[in-house]
Amino acid sequence: MPELNEFLIVAAVLFCISAAGIFLNRKNLLIILMCIELMLLSVNMNFIAFSYFNADLAGQVFVFFILTVAAAESAIGLAILIILFRNKYSINVDDINTMKG
Amino acid sequence: MTLTLNTTLILPEIIMLTMACVILVLDAYLPKNLKNLTYQLTQGTLIATAILIFATYPEKSELAMNGMFVNDVMSTILKLFILLIVFLAFLYSRQYLQDRKLLKGEYLVLGLFATLGMMIMVSANSLLTIYLGLELLSLSLYTMVAINRDSQQASEAAMKYFVLGALASGMLLYGMSIIYGVTGTLDLNAIAQAISQTTEHKTILVFGLVFIVIGLAFKLGAVPFHVWIPDVYQGAPTAVTLFIASAPKIAAFAMLIRLLADGMQSLHGDWQNILILLSILSMAIGNIIAIAQTNIKRMLAYSTIAHVGYLLLGILTGTKDGYAASMFYVLVYTLMTVGGFGMILLLSRAGFEAERLEDFKGLNQRNPWYAAVMLILMLSMAGIPPMLGFWAKWAVLAQVVQAGLVWLAIIAVIFAIIGVFYYLRVIKLMYFDDAEDLTPITANTDMKIALSANAILILMLGLMPSGLISLCLGALGVN
Repeated sequence: MPELNEFLIVAAVLFCISAAGIFLNRKNLLIILMCIELMLLSVNMNFIAFSYFNADLAGQVFVFFILTVAAAESAIGLAILIILFRNKYSINVDDINTMKG
Repeated sequence: MTLTLNTTLILPEIIMLTMACVILVLDAYLPKNLKNLTYQLTQGTLIATAILIFATYPEKSELAMNGMFVNDVMSTILKLFILLIVFLAFLYSRQYLQDRKLLKGEYLVLGLFATLGMMIMVSANSLLTIYLGLELLSLSLYTMVAINRDSQQASEAAMKYFVLGALASGMLLYGMSIIYGVTGTLDLNAIAQAISQTTEHKTILVFGLVFIVIGLAFKLGAVPFHVWIPDVYQGAPTAVTLFIASAPKIAAFAMLIRLLADGMQSLHGDWQNILILLSILSMAIGNIIAIAQTNIKRMLAYSTIAHVGYLLLGILTGTKDGYAASMFYVLVYTLMTVGGFGMILLLSRAGFEAERLEDFKGLNQRNPWYAAVMLILMLSMAGIPPMLGFWAKWAVLAQVVQAGLVWLAIIAVIFAIIGVFYYLRVIKLMYFDDAEDLTPITANTDMKIALSANAILILMLGLMPSGLISLCLGALGVN
């Protein structure tokens, strides 16, 4: 049986990958949306691990809520992406720069 | 295990949810000539909810939904203010949205759902409730920013807001998961108890705390997590900017109090230092960069960032008096902001956005009364005595001095004086420059009355601020 800290390390690594993906990615907005999903999933992993090792069900319930919200969030994210593409014909991160100051 | 639901306490939220769903369906089937009904029903719902909240004014704090939901004096007052501000926001934006063919049922329904999210955040007593309220608010706001779907700027602003908002939620959740792991509970009171008793896992708790504070700072727009604020304020339709800039700040304040004060008061020494840093940076960057702006929406965005800095001053003292001072600050701030963006909406008309500072030139020649309204708002935002904004700044600064952080109070005053410059510039443009655009101001009568009432309220409260201050003190249980 894996230990609690092994789960936490995997979750932390996933969290760092997703954060790095959001900040370093200069190419494609879709990748940012994927990174956001990955970030929420890494949090889910944390909650499930804690819930199991603390023998408390609340954490697993929280995970269901996060999954539901994540679905709504990606629906809205993709909708905004489509609007953006219709107006700009590009989903390149570097092209989103009309406002400055 | 017994469930204590206490459904009566969450009746206002239930009514709000039901009405939002009813309006959503009704709007789809209403014939074209009855479209005004959607607007009237929305405003009616806000009034009815406010009356219901007022009728169930609690004597002390009561729990509902098995301890996930709390109804206390603070939540009641904040909810009433949220409903008032949202009511004003819808009233001000009606004509503007109608001119741009954006006043659809979706806008009002999303606004109602956002309001419901805010009410849930204000009454949250568990990490889960805070998260759900916050997401209900944020998801509605992302969509509202993108409501003008043919505008390039608006869609760009919506994308930026969405990505940074989702990142902030991720950070907040990661922090919550750590806190849950150490304390083994989601209930804020139980968390507070667990934290005050444990000594062994302090480092891990602080690790989680940092993520939570970063998430909160993103949502509030404190420097260095402020990058989305200017772009979203500028890019979104002004009516949506008005909505985003006002009521959600009250909810964000409540979230800060619930998480930091109710949940993690024992870690005060740790979060105080982070908040001091955020506060100084926000006051500095907000006030200085606002000077360089030529777009008034962008200028008000930086002004918001500066105000967030002052708002944090009261909270970081960690005392009940400090929280009350911050609560007073946030209520005053929303009253002023709703008026400020209301003025931009008033000067805009079909095919014209009064976004540039030059659009306020010679407003005194065009209409002396609205120039006076803007004068009151700007002087109050700048914090010039005896305006209301001065008392708000005074309240937080007094608490900072009380907490022994005199140096911080001095820094805050210096940046407040720098900030006066860009507010006075607007006044100078209105009174001492000649008008370029002599179109008379046309607006609905209800908007004219409400905007004037808003300014007069600020003026009157500025002359007699003690009532609102004691209301805030009472809300936090200080006598």
